[in-house]
Amino acid sequence: MDLIKGYAYILGDDISTDDIVPSHTLTMRDSNEMVKHTLEFIDPYFSKNVDRGNIIFAGENFGTGSSREEAVHVFKLLGVKAVVARSFARIYFRNLINNGIPAISLNWDLNQVAKEDVIEISLLKGLIINKSQNSTFNFEKIPEFLMDILENGGVINQLKKILK
Amino acid sequence: MSHTIAEKILKEHSSLKEISPGQFVDCDIDMIMVHEQLGGRIHLEYNKLGIDYIWDPDKVFFILDHWVPPPTISSAQMHQDARKFAEKYKITHNYGHQLDKGICHQVLPEMGFARPGMLIVGSDSHTTTYGAFNCLSTGIGATDVSVVFATGKLWFKVPESIKINLRGHFEKGVMAKDFILSLIGDISTKGALYKSLEFHGDGAKNLSIDSRMTITNMVVEAGAKFGIFLPDDRLKEWLAKRTSKQYRNVVPDEKAEYEQELSYELSEITPTVAKPSNPGNIAKVEEIEGIEIDQAFLGSCTNGRIEDLRIAAKILEGNKIHPKVRMIVTPASKEIYLQALKEGLLEIFLRANAIVTNSTCGACIGGHLGVLGPDEVCISSTNRNFKGRMGDPTSEIYLASPATVAASAINGSIKDPRGLI
Ligand code: SF4
Repeated sequence: MDLIKGYAYILGDDISTDDIVPSHTLTMRDSNEMVKHTLEFIDPYFSKNVDRGNIIFAGENFGTGSSREEAVHVFKLLGVKAVVARSFARIYFRNLINNGIPAISLNWDLNQVAKEDVIEISLLKGLIINKSQNSTFNFEKIPEFLMDILENGGVINQLKKILK
Repeated sequence: MSHTIAEKILKEHSSLKEISPGQFVDCDIDMIMVHEQLGGRIHLEYNKLGIDYIWDPDKVFFILDHWVPPPTISSAQMHQDARKFAEKYKITHNYGHQLDKGICHQVLPEMGFARPGMLIVGSDSHTTTYGAFNCLSTGIGATDVSVVFATGKLWFKVPESIKINLRGHFEKGVMAKDFILSLIGDISTKGALYKSLEFHGDGAKNLSIDSRMTITNMVVEAGAKFGIFLPDDRLKEWLAKRTSKQYRNVVPDEKAEYEQELSYELSEITPTVAKPSNPGNIAKVEEIEGIEIDQAFLGSCTNGRIEDLRIAAKILEGNKIHPKVRMIVTPASKEIYLQALKEGLLEIFLRANAIVTNSTCGACIGGHLGVLGPDEVCISSTNRNFKGRMGDPTSEIYLASPATVAASAINGSIKDPRGLI
């Protein structure tokens, strides 16, 4: 897993897992039903338009609140490719990596990335290229042992190999 | 090298001779708590592993609490899935059929499963609560639970610690909730991200176990990984009533290094709220008095304990709840419920026209027993006020102490409880 290409989607500070997966959807047994409600209080069209916004750029403390892993699972089902945030809530950070979605910490601001900008990320180089604005960012590379989880497509796949 | 409590406990649970903040360590887990998430994502993830065992079924605590008893068919099915898993893997501490017990974070300590020096994880972000018992505990997601189920281990990044010195006593009508909300206001919801908060000082010793639990419960709202109290006689006494198991107290080394130190004089804390729709949106009650409410909720793993019910009953005794307000009281566990019954508190609530429910998360998660409608305003003793948390996304939640909740319920609008006690 190195090169990731997609389109930017912009979110603010303190986006909670309640925002991503509202509590009222938590008992839904059909994941396909649940994904339709992803971020519904912030953007009811998110799940419909996700192909044009599949790399999330968020502010501080992204994924704060409940440990509900559904809040990462719905992103995975919708094809979200990476999350770039100024900072992550710790459980959410782990949940992203554990599901094979890169979590990148970066101090970025709204002047640098806009909705639907064309984005390329190299995890190995620690580099993000904003093609639309002709700009680049360097980020602190993801530690090797977490990269290994990502390479395996998540912690469950990695564990399966180890247990064999 | 000198160590904080978090460093010591992580070191003792790893195979390393020395550790320091920033380092990644693999640790042995002493106890893992799971609730409805077992029937939500956990069983689905674990089944992918294709193994027919759990590393140590004796170290798993399983309870159902969020939707209890199930208010919908789908929550009932979630319970069935969770129970099936617990039976299949022969989980020892299986309370999947005892829906009368109460909220996980209250019941687990009541049963003596949280003891000094332990390393505990749980499928719930408020697992930090057990830090009141001088152990290290934190929340994890469904796949991390699967890792622990399969291997008994989990990696941690050794956190920096923040030392919080507490001095003195609260004034009448001021509670631990007011302090933890003030702290979150001061350091912000990301102020303790990835860090361990260590509570020191005479002020900490003066706090009841109930109050300490309120504080460690909400450290996660400041982003913290752990919140931990030092051991003392009060804790010893509490544990003596609940467990005969051995434990080893953990105190920090004198020269332990802290990333930051903060001090609070508890007598200077005044009633505090978190305004909609973020726990970091802090204000003083006196600044926002008069905001009309539709519902007052007293309960949850933050503030559904006996001292919370006592102070609310004291304020409500001989009074009636405002005719336009519904007040819901949900004791955090059956033990608390029975104690409140014995002390006559439930009668006070009922005579004041409050609704008393069984022990469950219920209204806290907008699941049942007090869901908010469009534009409704709730004053709540819970820990999160995110948009839609307790019901409709247009409803608004003010987080407050049990005393403020009770005072506001009588008044019909947000009210400072000082002077009513
Ligand atoms: S009472 Fe509320 S915060 Fe506590 S475990 Fe239940 S849902 Fe979570």
